[in-house]
Amino acid sequence: MPFEPNEPQKEIKYEETRIYTDAELNSCSDEELKNFKIKHQIPDLEELENGPWPSFVADAKQEALHRRKLADERMLIDRDVVEDMLGQLQVSFDDGETHWKHGGIVGVFGYGGGVIGRYSDLPERYPSIAHFHTIRVNQPASKFYNSDLLRTICDMWEYRGSGLMNLHGSTGDLVLLGTTTEQLEPIFFELTHVLGQDIGGSGSNLRTPSCCIGRARCEFACYDTQNLCYELTQYYQDELHRPAFPYKFKLKFDGCPNGCVASMARSDMSFIGTWRDSIRIDQDTVKAYIAGDVVPNGGAHMGRDWGKFDIHKEVIDLCPTKCMSLVDDELRIDNQECTRCMHCINVMPKALKPGKDNGLSILLGAKAPILEGAQMATLIVPFMKAEPPYDNIKEFIEKVWEFWIEEGKNRERLGELMQRTGLPKFLETIGLPPAPQMIKTPRENPYILWKEEDVPGGWNRNVNEYRTRHKR
Amino acid sequence: MALSLDRLGIYDPKDPLKNRLTDLGPRHFWQYFPPVIQNNYGKWAYHEVLETGILMHVSETGDKIYTVRCGAARFMTVQHVREICDIADQYCDGFVRFTTRNNIEFLVDSVEKLEALKKDLESRKFVSGSYKFPIGGTGAGVTNIVHTQGYIHCHTPATDASSMVKAVSDELFKYFQGMTLPAKVRVSMACCLNMCGAVHCSDIALLGNHRKPPIVDHEVIDKVCEIPLAIAACPVGAISPDKTPEGGKTVKIKKERCMFCGNCYTMCQALPLSDKEGDGVTILAGGKISNRISEPKFSKVVVPWLPNNFPRFSEVVEKVKKILEAYAADANKYERLGDWAERIGWEKFFEKTGLEFTEHLIDDYRLAYDTWRTSTQFKYTAAAWDVSRFAGGIE
Repeated sequence: MPFEPNEPQKEIKYEETRIYTDAELNSCSDEELKNFKIKHQIPDLEELENGPWPSFVADAKQEALHRRKLADERMLIDRDVVEDMLGQLQVSFDDGETHWKHGGIVGVFGYGGGVIGRYSDLPERYPSIAHFHTIRVNQPASKFYNSDLLRTICDMWEYRGSGLMNLHGSTGDLVLLGTTTEQLEPIFFELTHVLGQDIGGSGSNLRTPSCCIGRARCEFACYDTQNLCYELTQYYQDELHRPAFPYKFKLKFDGCPNGCVASMARSDMSFIGTWRDSIRIDQDTVKAYIAGDVVPNGGAHMGRDWGKFDIHKEVIDLCPTKCMSLVDDELRIDNQECTRCMHCINVMPKALKPGKDNGLSILLGAKAPILEGAQMATLIVPFMKAEPPYDNIKEFIEKVWEFWIEEGKNRERLGELMQRTGLPKFLETIGLPPAPQMIKTPRENPYILWKEEDVPGGWNRNVNEYRTRHKR
Repeated sequence: MALSLDRLGIYDPKDPLKNRLTDLGPRHFWQYFPPVIQNNYGKWAYHEVLETGILMHVSETGDKIYTVRCGAARFMTVQHVREICDIADQYCDGFVRFTTRNNIEFLVDSVEKLEALKKDLESRKFVSGSYKFPIGGTGAGVTNIVHTQGYIHCHTPATDASSMVKAVSDELFKYFQGMTLPAKVRVSMACCLNMCGAVHCSDIALLGNHRKPPIVDHEVIDKVCEIPLAIAACPVGAISPDKTPEGGKTVKIKKERCMFCGNCYTMCQALPLSDKEGDGVTILAGGKISNRISEPKFSKVVVPWLPNNFPRFSEVVEKVKKILEAYAADANKYERLGDWAERIGWEKFFEKTGLEFTEHLIDDYRLAYDTWRTSTQFKYTAAAWDVSRFAGGIE
């Protein structure tokens, strides 16, 4: 086994963990579902049962009926939670406004995140969702599961919660939607003791890190995204559970510049796999692409007739640095000029591969608009090797955190702080030399913030000495 | 170990620290890889999309893994997840995964299993007729729309998420099930400017947006909020201290300064923004995250506001289709929506999509000047002749 968990993992067998019998799980017939009406009028929601796309309303209704059929002692929160949630949703449509109250501080002992308080502002009308808190469950890296784990979560969540969930939340957690304050600690104990599973981050914590599918099923991944994600999540458990930061902090891991987890757009620290040697070329397969024997781009454009593959039009001319050429049917790449955009590799995955001397680039400061406008991540470390135990990466992360914790204002994301202090000052603080790779262009204004030590003789001058040369 | 049936389980409220386990982190990923993935980890040689929604990855060892990608509402119930588990048990030795964009992926290691699995998935429908597991979402098409909580579970939304995504996905279904577009199109949805979905780099982004400044709940603001924090929360300095007629502490809002970001409400629950007439949907287009060919870029606002027309959002659907259809008809192979708009010029984007250009689409926030045109390189469209006419340049 190439990767070992840091702690031994408790094996989960659904046959041992389960709460519900098969009869309880399969209690609703299609006929009953068809005729089923929930206790509230929900005309707009029923409209959303139509159409080909999976209907969340149809799904919610099957859970509502399922809860109706469970015996009283087979669930610990109100039977009607799903029906009340749908009822309130319909009223929100009618009113054009949400009916969830603002926040509310709830959580589990010793943690400052992972649970989000939620209360209805129509508790008399929808009493079963008066408390309807969220629990974020830290997903396994790249969201692979087996049915034993998922079924156990489902039984626990139907018994102690609403049975409603998100697979997955935007940051990556498996999100459990809706339970009472009383059940928060019991759920946390079930998660940790039975499932060997912790909750994720929220508030001014390290948020649950997430990664792409990486080497598990992708030929492009330039480092072990799952392993790095897992290792850092484990290593920074304290930061994940106990808020010590000015604001949220997100770590995301993309295996290559295609960026399938969008780390560049939405993580304070974005790790993107790359290479520093040459793109590997299999010339025979390039010829097969040219001859039309291999479908370009792995068949991603098969739905339309785009004509015969033209390597000039589709690859060489689209190369952003124009570093490719075809000489006597041989593809040449000037790797010194290549910016590793992935286009040629994406178009001809059978013939071209990223280099073998791999690592990652680190970019900092991405965020959504709140507060000072959206920011894309800025390239700070062009290349770093990424091998266990990843001490170089941890050291870098901690330097950045030290700066941010010291200088950042309340609710100031790293990207905003970098803007406020300026990139030169930031680089100096974390001890990196400036490089043209970090910028699109050099500065366009001449307002250089010289420091005293930049200038021979310093800034203390004598006006009398000056006047010896210049009359008043 | 069985799940507990006791009301408080194994938690003892008299001694909260007893047997408490903390800082376990997530479960380790390796045990959830099917054997074919464990055996070929890091050895994948290439992949092919065999048909829409079906991927084949081939290893250096000769092993193959077939993936069936299915759309899903990210909001799902335990009953639905159990059905996913049934399928995983029947065809995939119990394994299943989810993608970053909320698709479900079933993985099998032979063509025979693949065919049986496909047939089964296609046959499963909710009683009302919608697919439970529509196969698609690969290659040059529209894959699952990532989104946020909306009215289902959030206190700040300016619109609902699940319903809008369902409405738009129904209408874009043929693009989910076909790979007919010039490149992939990532549609994303966030129900307010907090953007927990980080939709700001999507080919098409649907965004809930408020249009009325907060109302001040003078009676409670001093009790439920830290007033200085609420004042400091405003990025444009529109909130200042004030006194109620009774002499209590409160704030006043310079309404004309408000940019409707809702940050004050995030900090202070006595400053609600949401409003039936005020709230609606902004559409942004042309963003991307991939570094392929061109650099990643932000989406740009192309429709300032549309009403929250629940539950089907007909105006939103119509504009999204206009953008997609103009792009599909005009862009080159491999060209993302934003690259297409930049190549033809944004003036042509508005001409070809038929979207109205209004003053709301011209940036007047920070660094707005960076988006103004400072060259004579433009293309003539009807909008240009209008300006010329108003300026007295032509009859």
